[in-house]
Amino acid sequence: MIDSQTPCRDLEVLSCRPGSDPSLIDLVLSAPGWTCKPGQFVMIRPAHWGVELVWPRPFSVCDVSDKGLRIIFQTVGRGTRKLAELEPGQKVTVWGPLGRWFRIDEARPNLILAGGVGIAPFVMLARRERTDNLSMLFGHRLDLEHYPYDEIAARIKSEAMQQKTPADIAQFETVLSERIKALAGVGQVLACGPEPMLKVVRKYCLLHGTDGQVSLENRMGCGVGACLGCVCKTTAGDYVQSCVHGPVFDVRDIELGV
Amino acid sequence: MDQKIQLGPLTLKNPVITASGTFGYGLEFMRYGDLSAIGAICLKGISLAPRAGNPMPRIAETPCGMLNAIGLQNVGVEKFLKEKLPYIPAGATLIANLYAQTPEDFGELAGIFSTEDKIAALEVNISCPNVREGGVQFGQDPHMAAAVVGAVKKRSGTKPVIVKLSPNVTDVRVIAKAAVDAGADMLSLINTLSGMSVDIRTRRSRLANVVGGLSGPAIKPVALRMVHQVAQAVNVPIIGMGGITSAEDVLEFILVGAHAVQIGTYNFMRPDNAFRLVEEVRVLAESLGIESWDDYRGTLQV
Ligand SMILES: Cc1cc2nc3c(=O)[nH]c(=O)nc-3n(C[C@H](O)[C@H](O)[C@H](O)COP(=O)(O)OP(=O)(O)OC[C@H]3O[C@@H](n4cnc5c(N)ncnc54)[C@H](O)[C@@H]3O)c2cc1C
Ligand SMILES: Cc1cc2nc3c(=O)[nH]c(=O)nc-3n(C[C@H](O)[C@H](O)[C@H](O)COP(=O)(O)O)c2cc1C
Ligand code: FES
Repeated sequence: MIDSQTPCRDLEVLSCRPGSDPSLIDLVLSAPGWTCKPGQFVMIRPAHWGVELVWPRPFSVCDVSDKGLRIIFQTVGRGTRKLAELEPGQKVTVWGPLGRWFRIDEARPNLILAGGVGIAPFVMLARRERTDNLSMLFGHRLDLEHYPYDEIAARIKSEAMQQKTPADIAQFETVLSERIKALAGVGQVLACGPEPMLKVVRKYCLLHGTDGQVSLENRMGCGVGACLGCVCKTTAGDYVQSCVHGPVFDVRDIELGV
Repeated sequence: MDQKIQLGPLTLKNPVITASGTFGYGLEFMRYGDLSAIGAICLKGISLAPRAGNPMPRIAETPCGMLNAIGLQNVGVEKFLKEKLPYIPAGATLIANLYAQTPEDFGELAGIFSTEDKIAALEVNISCPNVREGGVQFGQDPHMAAAVVGAVKKRSGTKPVIVKLSPNVTDVRVIAKAAVDAGADMLSLINTLSGMSVDIRTRRSRLANVVGGLSGPAIKPVALRMVHQVAQAVNVPIIGMGGITSAEDVLEFILVGAHAVQIGTYNFMRPDNAFRLVEEVRVLAESLGIESWDDYRGTLQV
């Protein structure tokens, strides 16, 4: 944790644009003046939200630089639908960067497993200097152009699989298993996506003995470790806050419901 | 204006206290402000043995509020004293929040804290709706409430004892009087209201525990009414809470008779809210020409 970084401040909306699919929004806020690591997240709450929605919302940092803080989110409920209405010039309260990040193994191959909007944290990762030890497998539902896939594929070896039917999902699972198996003892996987996908990733990592990290999206009330609402169960049987001990966990350290 | 207030034997710099369970052990908020600037910090509930808490999901958002069924997850008193308390900066005024399943265990916890210099007061939680044993059943029965308060008072030494009341009762004044008669130095209220949220598609409750405690702005009118009632029924200082999200809200509670207030869910809305509120309350009080809290408290015209 870097304390010289400003922990909580109001940032200005620079742009808030639906992608080519209206359910995916690309939000850019004014530069927060800090740097962060891929997998870290911010809590955001528009300054004018009033009290109807009491919680802030957590989002992975898609990218951050002196040009701004970029977040890509999917509209799923009350909060994200309201966020999608933000207009340039409005203020958003942001605290972060928060949580633990994806740790790259420089000496070995690192395979990114991204599902849907879970691709967001990897945009920043693909921008790092050394990319020859990185590759990505991306599972998606909407057409590829709706996601920032090309930005990543331009820099690292990437493949994508679209899932429209249960058969597609089953096939994706088979490919996941193969890729994870191929990395046993050789490299590691870094996964972010819907929980069913993370369960599959964890299952095959444990089955094949492959190192893996997964980013959890538990419901969060505060983001700072205080409400104890975001906990996940460790293999030792404790509950730990995923906002501070995660959201990125080693697959061997945590349980993911049945 | 001097914001100082006298809470029985306890002097606070200002009337803003952070509520138990919403401000961790204070440490979580150190990056967001100066802990010693807040009137007091009420720590996450502590029990003798560590508690794992309830399964997930434990929290759900509702209009103007939230439900929680944390189940008093905590590290236990021993680990708290060794691994948390020493790291909370000196200068912060700390209130320990106690939870146990029997009056004897409440007494034992009080005994342990009675010798801790860093702890300024004890708040006895007889009102948690999220645990099966102890918790709210003590807060709903005047005899049991009195038994707990008696056991705590016997072992608390010179530490003032605050009894935290449940709103989940027919007449809050009955329990308030029982607690004061048993020796409570102060009362705090309200804890969360028992509530529920369900999903018509999955046909499940949004909480694994099915029911949980409702907090946030949605409960403020209920809290205000109860503080008003209790302030008229007893003669000890009262700490009011429930849905406070502004300096106006703080003054409303003082107007109906509270000496101080606690801020709960508001801490989640922005982690520096408690720090900002201290200043906002001062500015508002001055703009209304209030010179001391004693002059303003309980001056509601009815
Ligand atoms: C560390 C972290 C990083 C995240 N990064 C991103 C990101 O980069 N892009 C993105 O689109 N989303 C991300 N999410 C998920 C995002 O926070 C939720 O989609 C959002 O909070 C939902 O808010 P809402 O008000 O629209 O939904 P609500 O109205 O609160 O709920 C609507 C539906 O969404 C589900 N939901 C609620 N909270 C979450 C949650 N935290 N995660 C998943 N589903 C939830 C509910 O169960 C419900 O079915 C991240 C979550 C976490 C914890
Ligand atoms: C997540 C959460 C955890 C809580 N944990 C405790 C606790 O451990 N002990 C306690 O006495 N009250 C606990 N409470 C109750 C609060 O201290 C407070 O009484 C209640 O939230 C009402 O205030 P508010 O509306 O400002 O949040 C908790 C509340 C929340 C939301
Ligand atoms: S979100 Fe509150 S403890 Fe993690």
